[in-house]
Amino acid sequence: MIFFSREWLLDDTPANRRQAVWGRRYRLWLSLRSNPLAMAGLLVVAVMLLLALFAPWLTPFEPGMQHLENRLAAPSAAHWLGTDELGRDVWTRIIYGGRTTLGMVIAVVLLTAPLGLLIGCIAGYAGGFIDKALMRLTDIFLAFPRLILALAFVAALKPGVESAILAIALTSWPPYARLARAETLQFRHSDFIAASRLTGASPLRIILRHIMPLCVPSLIVRVTLDMSSIIITAASLGFLGMGAQPPSPEWGTMIATARRFLFSEWWVPLMPCIAIFLTSLAFNFLGDGLRDVLDPKER
Amino acid sequence: MPLLKRIVSTLGSLVLTLFGLSVLTFFIGRVMPTDPVLAAVGDNAPQSVVERVRAEMGLDQPLYVQFGHYLNQLLHGDLGKSILTSNPVITDIARFFPATMELATAAIIIAALIGIPLGVWAAVRQRSWVDQTIRVICLAGHSLPVFVLALLSLLIFYAVLGIAPGPGRQDIIWQDMVPQVTGFLTIDSLLAGETDAFWDALAHMAQPVLILAYFSMAYITRMTRTFMLNALSGEFVITARAKGLSSRRVIWRHAFPTVAVQLVTVLALTYAGLLEGAVVTENVFAWPGIGQYLTTSLMNADMNPVIGATLLVGTVYVLLNQLADLLYRLWDPRVK
Amino acid sequence: MVTRRRFLAGCTAVPVVSYLSLNSSFAATPPTMLVIAMQLDNITSLDPHESFEATGGQICGNLYQRLVTPDPKQADKVIGQLAQSWDVSSDNGTYTFHLDPAAKFADGSPLTAEDVAFSIERIVKLDKSPAFIINQFGFTKDNVTQRVTAKDAHTVEMKLGAPAAETFLLYCLSATVGSIVSKKACLANQQNNDFGNGWLKQHSAGSGAFTLRTWNASETVILEISPQYKGASKTKRVILKHIADPAAQALMLKKGDVDAAYDLTTEQLLQVKNDSSVSLVNQSLSAIMLMSCNTNNPYLKKPQVWQALKWALDYDSIQKNILSMSFVTHQSFLPSGFPAALDDTPFHKDVAKAKALLAEAGYPDGFEITLDHYSMQPYPDIAQAIQTQLGAIGIKVSLIAAENRQVLTKMRARQHQLALTVWGADYFDPNSNTEAFCVNTDNSDNARARTLAWRCSWSDDEFNKLTEQALHEPDPAKRIALYQQIQQLGREKSPFIFMMQKTKNVATSKALSDVHMTVLEQWPYAQVKKA
Repeated sequence: MIFFSREWLLDDTPANRRQAVWGRRYRLWLSLRSNPLAMAGLLVVAVMLLLALFAPWLTPFEPGMQHLENRLAAPSAAHWLGTDELGRDVWTRIIYGGRTTLGMVIAVVLLTAPLGLLIGCIAGYAGGFIDKALMRLTDIFLAFPRLILALAFVAALKPGVESAILAIALTSWPPYARLARAETLQFRHSDFIAASRLTGASPLRIILRHIMPLCVPSLIVRVTLDMSSIIITAASLGFLGMGAQPPSPEWGTMIATARRFLFSEWWVPLMPCIAIFLTSLAFNFLGDGLRDVLDPKER
Repeated sequence: MPLLKRIVSTLGSLVLTLFGLSVLTFFIGRVMPTDPVLAAVGDNAPQSVVERVRAEMGLDQPLYVQFGHYLNQLLHGDLGKSILTSNPVITDIARFFPATMELATAAIIIAALIGIPLGVWAAVRQRSWVDQTIRVICLAGHSLPVFVLALLSLLIFYAVLGIAPGPGRQDIIWQDMVPQVTGFLTIDSLLAGETDAFWDALAHMAQPVLILAYFSMAYITRMTRTFMLNALSGEFVITARAKGLSSRRVIWRHAFPTVAVQLVTVLALTYAGLLEGAVVTENVFAWPGIGQYLTTSLMNADMNPVIGATLLVGTVYVLLNQLADLLYRLWDPRVK
Repeated sequence: MVTRRRFLAGCTAVPVVSYLSLNSSFAATPPTMLVIAMQLDNITSLDPHESFEATGGQICGNLYQRLVTPDPKQADKVIGQLAQSWDVSSDNGTYTFHLDPAAKFADGSPLTAEDVAFSIERIVKLDKSPAFIINQFGFTKDNVTQRVTAKDAHTVEMKLGAPAAETFLLYCLSATVGSIVSKKACLANQQNNDFGNGWLKQHSAGSGAFTLRTWNASETVILEISPQYKGASKTKRVILKHIADPAAQALMLKKGDVDAAYDLTTEQLLQVKNDSSVSLVNQSLSAIMLMSCNTNNPYLKKPQVWQALKWALDYDSIQKNILSMSFVTHQSFLPSGFPAALDDTPFHKDVAKAKALLAEAGYPDGFEITLDHYSMQPYPDIAQAIQTQLGAIGIKVSLIAAENRQVLTKMRARQHQLALTVWGADYFDPNSNTEAFCVNTDNSDNARARTLAWRCSWSDDEFNKLTEQALHEPDPAKRIALYQQIQQLGREKSPFIFMMQKTKNVATSKALSDVHMTVLEQWPYAQVKKA
């Protein structure tokens, strides 16, 4: 195994493809590291993910444990962030809520990014009627007010996390398709693609092995930036009563159910607000930094 | 006649998109697990009344027959009646849409007036603390749900500080006092000569508009910065600087006009997004706009308003997109 | 130098500055105006012969008058409003009403027997949701004009299809649907033979204290004092403002932007209770909160399961901790305030007893079941508390929240398992709720009558017979005893777990006095005095 030393990575004349690829990745990392905001974002995202993963070990309470006599208690030594309207510990619900919220976001991204990427690349590469038809479909979903479509979808099915994920996914894929198509159009006529075709590669192989990987960097940027907007859409759905259902802890739902305490026991709705804000901001910083690093045009 | 061809193809794609939207919405509506008849007759109604009203509303027909009726009505300009308000949907939309437009228009004007200069400034002072601060402010704007900011604003400025008026579009004493001409309370009250009502309307608009403006500003500032960075590194700018022109002149007289068109497209897209952001804001501020109309109707499976409002918002969205596209091609001779 | 930036900054400051100087004039509401923050999105119509929910009914109560009305001092007695006196034939089959000759509609025209006869005819022929309350006395579209006639300008005669208890008929006539409308106005403004139904959406044609100036759905309702109103009210205008969020309502009340906040929940009420600028007016309403078991589910078939559920819930804890100012514990289907209501609360949390009953039913380890409930607060909180309490006896509950009408749709389609809902009485007589909860004579899917018992696929002939008997019992004391017997029976063997009765606390500014509400949520605005 080659040792991943710094000189090896930064070598200006790489000896093989692997060294070149890892060298480029390391340079990107150095570039990202010099951006303090992006690093802060990365740190917060990592912390949130860890909190969510290790939630059961970080609190003595269960997120569903009710103590009706101890509702709406102020923050104290026993309950770090106080208790909510059914006497449940807020800190516990926040970190378990991180599981729900982050889980929803990851699920949406895993659904939409590959789908949008595929549709966009096919449309861009195939051109002609297929392109027009796919783009028409994309336009219809884009023209639909996203929150409304999500609301309608969730209302038609059973309100809950699964429906919310499907609904948000259904309205989130068009931008990725558009992006992928725009990128594909740039590469479609390049020499190396022509060369691939000459060696007998099928269109599918060309798309999968050559074009899609090229679109990935801008897609990553877009995805990271979109994370915050997905979190916010999920929270808005919860706010309007159509997202994750009680007693499931999800940050948006927690704000919605505790909204009536805003003017009195303000910490109950405020804590999930802060959680959403910090996580979204972190993703935004990170995405912004990634864009600076991966997309040289957008400096 | 490339322009004519363009307009025809725009209309064509508009019609196609709207058709797709209406099919989608219609079928969602009929699949909804809420019985729309309940909104009309109430839960305590006897079964005979429920069935009679269902037949009157045509809901016992097969789906495609209902859709056919609906399309037929649509082509005659009839968007149907709302069960909840008992008004024709067109009347309701004519009452509610201007309220939302008032918010969105005011918000985009403020967002542009503040966001564009900020973006230019950030581009000029790239990588300085100014740039970073502006970046943080903008990204923060993208990181909060609208309703959170709205609730906090209500708490701080209305409940605690008392400098802003409460939810609603106007104070009680002005209720129903200003004759509706454009639907924009600010304009209508000026037209009627009631300056007190004008200030009242403006005061009530302040919070929701500023909040919406903040959210759109984030995007506008960011894009302005990006475009300006591109423009400022162009050769003609270097030439202008070499000629000894002052910085300010170079920025605003030479670099900025090249990005103006792109900015208009950004503004157009942002406006469309504002119409959607209004949904939650209207909820918090009790603003009688299209967002509140749509969500209330949706919750009660009152589908005529939902389809009508969705078609309207969809139309605005598509038109704005096409407009942005068109402007971009018209003004920038390099892009064909 | 005035830079572009500074100029723009200056411009944005101007509106704020002007507002600050005018701030004081916006705060208080004028003395001749009564402003109430209320949730108005439930109103289906302001036509009194179509309206069938509480808010619309309250507004109609101020726009229209009826022949008789419940005595404000003693709710189970009926006194005349438009009818000064009435005679009953010996067989209880014919009723003759003598009208107040001085009664006038808001437009000045006299209110005559013709208007009364027309109103009844209109109810029957329009046949909207509340029509059954009047139709049940044997009136049909074909016979109503023969059965209900104006004998002279001030006398109306009603020939019922079958004899009916006097109190029963009078209670039904005192409901909103019994409002008297102006024949002239309705016919003059009717379209397509709708008896003026469309026109009454934005206008009123009644003799009440107020007329309808505007109804902007989900926004405002504006009432103006009728020129014919002879009372001493200083209020010239009543504005009901739709504010969906109770917290916002409370805030507006504290700031003086409204005179009363109608829909405050326990959280806000607990705060304003100690606020010296706010007074609370309390009235128990007829709405009952209950959990229903759909007996077409195999787990919910056995009566022991129903009883186990009744003994598993911690009513006091839920009431004290979640609902302390909006509901009181009540364990029967007749609301307190109605004749014959049982006010005792025999059920309380007894885990051992509940578990034993479950074991007796054959489910010692419990089972899994779903609970449908409204997504509006406080129902999710209550549902979650129920989930925990049933979990303690081994029943694993999954919660399904949905919009109000979505839950109702599901129940009407008999697709629920457990459901947490609220039911309001249709009219002020024990038969209303008794019929709803006990009678199911046709359990098929195409049944004509879809009572709550039907929705739970539950039919018990003993209940059917007793209810029928109580409806026709002429002796008042015997009638009351029968209803009490039915309620006791319901506690022992019906699939309904009655939990709470709604109590309304209207928060008003200290400047208001003489705020009176009835158990059916009627509130005469004209009586309110503003300091």
